[in-house]
Amino acid sequence: MQQIGIKAIDELYSDVPQKLRLKRKLNLPKAMSEQEVKKHVEALLSKNTSTRDMPTFLGAGCWPHYVPAAVDNIMQRSELLTSYTPYQPEISQGMLQALFEYQSMICELTAMDAANSSMYDWASALGEAVRMAVRVNNRTEAIVPKLIHPERLATLQTYVEPLKMHIRKAEYNRETGLINIENLKQLVSNKTAAVYIENPSYLGFIESQVNEIAEITHDRRALFIVGVDPTSLGILKPPGDYDADIAIGEGQPLGNHLNYGGPLLGLFACKGETELIRQMPGRVIGMTTTLKGDKTGFCMALQTREQHIRRERATSNICTNEALCAVASTVYLALLGPDGLRELGETIMTRSQYAMHKLNQMAGVKAPLFSSAHFKEFTVNFDKTGKKVHTIHEALLKQHKIHGGKDISKEFPELGQTSLYCITETHSRNEIDRLAKSLKAVLGRKR
Amino acid sequence: MKPLYRQAQWNEPVIFKLGGKGRRGCTLPTVDDDVGKLVGNVADTLPKSIRRSQRPRLPELSEVEVVRHFTRLSQMNYGVDSGFYPLGSCTMKYNPKINDLLAGATGLSELHPDQSEETVQGILEILYTLSQWLAEITGTDEVCLQPSAGAHGELLGALLMRACHKRNGDSDKRTELIVPDSAHGTNPASGTMAGFKIVVVPSNSNGTVDLKALKAAVSEKTAGLMLTNPNTLGIFEEDIAEIADIIHEAGGLLYYDGANLNAIMGKTRPGDMGYDVVHINIHKTFGTPHGGGGPGAGPIGVCKELAKFLPVPQIAYDTKRKRYHLDYNRPESVGKVRGFYGSVAVLLRAFAYILSMGAEGLEEAAEISVLNANYLVKKLSEIRGFELPYAKGRPRKHECVFSVKPMSKETGVRAADVAKRLLDYGLHSPTTYFPLVVEEALMIEPTESIEKEELDRFVEALRQISDEAYSDPNLVKNAPYNAAITRLDEVKASHPKTMALSWRMHQNRNVIKAAASKV
Repeated sequence: MQQIGIKAIDELYSDVPQKLRLKRKLNLPKAMSEQEVKKHVEALLSKNTSTRDMPTFLGAGCWPHYVPAAVDNIMQRSELLTSYTPYQPEISQGMLQALFEYQSMICELTAMDAANSSMYDWASALGEAVRMAVRVNNRTEAIVPKLIHPERLATLQTYVEPLKMHIRKAEYNRETGLINIENLKQLVSNKTAAVYIENPSYLGFIESQVNEIAEITHDRRALFIVGVDPTSLGILKPPGDYDADIAIGEGQPLGNHLNYGGPLLGLFACKGETELIRQMPGRVIGMTTTLKGDKTGFCMALQTREQHIRRERATSNICTNEALCAVASTVYLALLGPDGLRELGETIMTRSQYAMHKLNQMAGVKAPLFSSAHFKEFTVNFDKTGKKVHTIHEALLKQHKIHGGKDISKEFPELGQTSLYCITETHSRNEIDRLAKSLKAVLGRKR
Repeated sequence: MKPLYRQAQWNEPVIFKLGGKGRRGCTLPTVDDDVGKLVGNVADTLPKSIRRSQRPRLPELSEVEVVRHFTRLSQMNYGVDSGFYPLGSCTMKYNPKINDLLAGATGLSELHPDQSEETVQGILEILYTLSQWLAEITGTDEVCLQPSAGAHGELLGALLMRACHKRNGDSDKRTELIVPDSAHGTNPASGTMAGFKIVVVPSNSNGTVDLKALKAAVSEKTAGLMLTNPNTLGIFEEDIAEIADIIHEAGGLLYYDGANLNAIMGKTRPGDMGYDVVHINIHKTFGTPHGGGGPGAGPIGVCKELAKFLPVPQIAYDTKRKRYHLDYNRPESVGKVRGFYGSVAVLLRAFAYILSMGAEGLEEAAEISVLNANYLVKKLSEIRGFELPYAKGRPRKHECVFSVKPMSKETGVRAADVAKRLLDYGLHSPTTYFPLVVEEALMIEPTESIEKEELDRFVEALRQISDEAYSDPNLVKNAPYNAAITRLDEVKASHPKTMALSWRMHQNRNVIKAAASKV
């Protein structure tokens, strides 16, 4: 204060008009010591019952998977954790290389050429993907499956509302759940900017008519956007192999905890055509060399698309993304490798099939509703039990300390009393058997 | 003082070059034999059209190889824990370790967002309370925690303005969003995404909004103004009350870019200044780690009039049933801007941070951050080749912007060179070439979490760099020497012929090159 010639710090606020000054203290609790903070927050968190405390069969966009200790350990490396966006590449090579490796692995999983270094989540990645399609072809409509995740649809609508776009929904086949191809043909036109599908779908079944959908889309020169759960890509065909132009998805299941739904990790990749890459949103890391040309290094690439350079003409406003979650996914995929990823997919699918088999045996229960192959989630319909999903789940929780799947009877009333169950490699056979036994007990009760 | 810093130089190969066939870093639980028998080979049940035929080309490594690789990479990275990080507008303050520890608790990390409300009362209470505190700190009526980052909050804020004008039947008319020329790049980018045309108003000689220009810019087309305060020059917009009047009288709304909130906590509040929408960069002001680019969190606070347009769900408290719940019943909501409720693990850290600081701690943080910035103003003004543009003699707030234009003219050493040379001293560089209204800009934000000795070390390093520039400019122009790598060819990274945005792209390029050379 002496050096800058002031007697009180308040002099530095002399230019804040008196009438705008806060003339009282902020109304906040008194400062706590570290141990008090710990005790207080832990006490609040202990009011929660987590998925560790009860078998839980929820997925729907945020999936329980085992996070290897090595992933959590690398996440604590404070040089990564406490760094900012790598604006000075020479001193940020670690983060830049890790993110380049992330982009590269996402490209391998999806069979795409280029990926960005993350979006906020799957839902916002969808909003950005459709906006990108509009930048590429300047059209006014997008087509999504009717059985899309409602939150993703809501986010998409918010993102494209300023563009005054029309979102059209493609009907599904009542038997299989798959897209009704005839209906899709009718919907796709020269106005269609993009056709979007989810694979596996929101309700867990696998969309197998991918080649037909790609053809119908490309016949009208629209872009084909595919949303994926990356844990399926050890066994499912990658979007690039069925001619998708943009692949998006949720990277959370790759080494990131549930965290009550956030942070998540939006995947975003596209084909290598220049006109697509130039329109990509978000930060992209590129491999280059030193100016001397003696070493390989990494830096942010194509920054002229981004807000800090291009301002109102930027492809997106995104700045802070989910970099550290992307690194977690990179570590996770490195630990699993190609065989691990395939095994993961097979284990999940085997266990979820086992669960479907067990539940479907129960009187009045249909699991799944649709006849297509399912990956890790599936619908369980209770119509013929005469009970509501809500009542069944409440009894499961209260009497059996089991948390059922997601009640989707309000999201899709036409599917009746239906719930969406999720089984991953974390659900042991015992837990699945316990679920079946408890459900039987709950359904057997008169009221 | 000598540039003695040495960052690790591992020459670590790209991970795809490491490992060996058949290696694994992680095993999975096996499926019981009878379950396997019952279900059969699941791959066979997949239609051929959707079966993966070739395995993804992921590397195959043991656990120790993976851990060493990423440990080495981390050693070639610089964070707040490594040293001084005066990146302007980014508020790189210390991230208290207790907050990370708490965010790792299974009571949060293993909580599913679709769990029934009765099983998540603890986290809902934390989020609800945090939103109340943020409303108090910003002087707003209701806070929404959903946006994932500051720019995401900006997009939502701009969409709320749009929704409000739409409600008034004005959305076709009110198409223009005003931003000052000193604004963050996200402001015009977010405004455009929300469907507005951007109108730029110039700064006056004090570096603040030119009221005459603003009056000339507003019209019945004006949807609003996006303005950070203190602004990106670190100068408080003292005419803010009049600015608010001009915008409101024109029928527009006033948006507060919260990137610079750290300077004024407890001193004045955006809501009291007349702002209608405010975003908060949790990873800046509330000390959560930035993770090399994210995750962050960007809650927004709004006045009563805009609250009904907030996304769903809002976290609410039912005083009768004494229960927290997710409120989806908001018919005029703009919808959603992402899945679920926000970056909860980041928000929990902010909750713990505010608990540790209290009202007085937050105010003190603001004061010290401002004191530190003004100390740098004084000290750096004495350095040859540095000048402080705009409003000399006026106090800065949390940051200050210097221009090295004189040095650049006299020696050819530019702001970027100074930034690179700082790395050799083990100090992160300030933000360069921003705000755009300053040529050869170095935008410096010391934050409150730095001791005076370290500030002096920073000043001393810049003084020496100035000496170097005037005696041996090439020394500075070729820096850094002590970082993991020397200067990179950023043009090559973005050129269509050399661009490699993935390992696959790089390899395909090599294949093409090899084929071409054979021909």
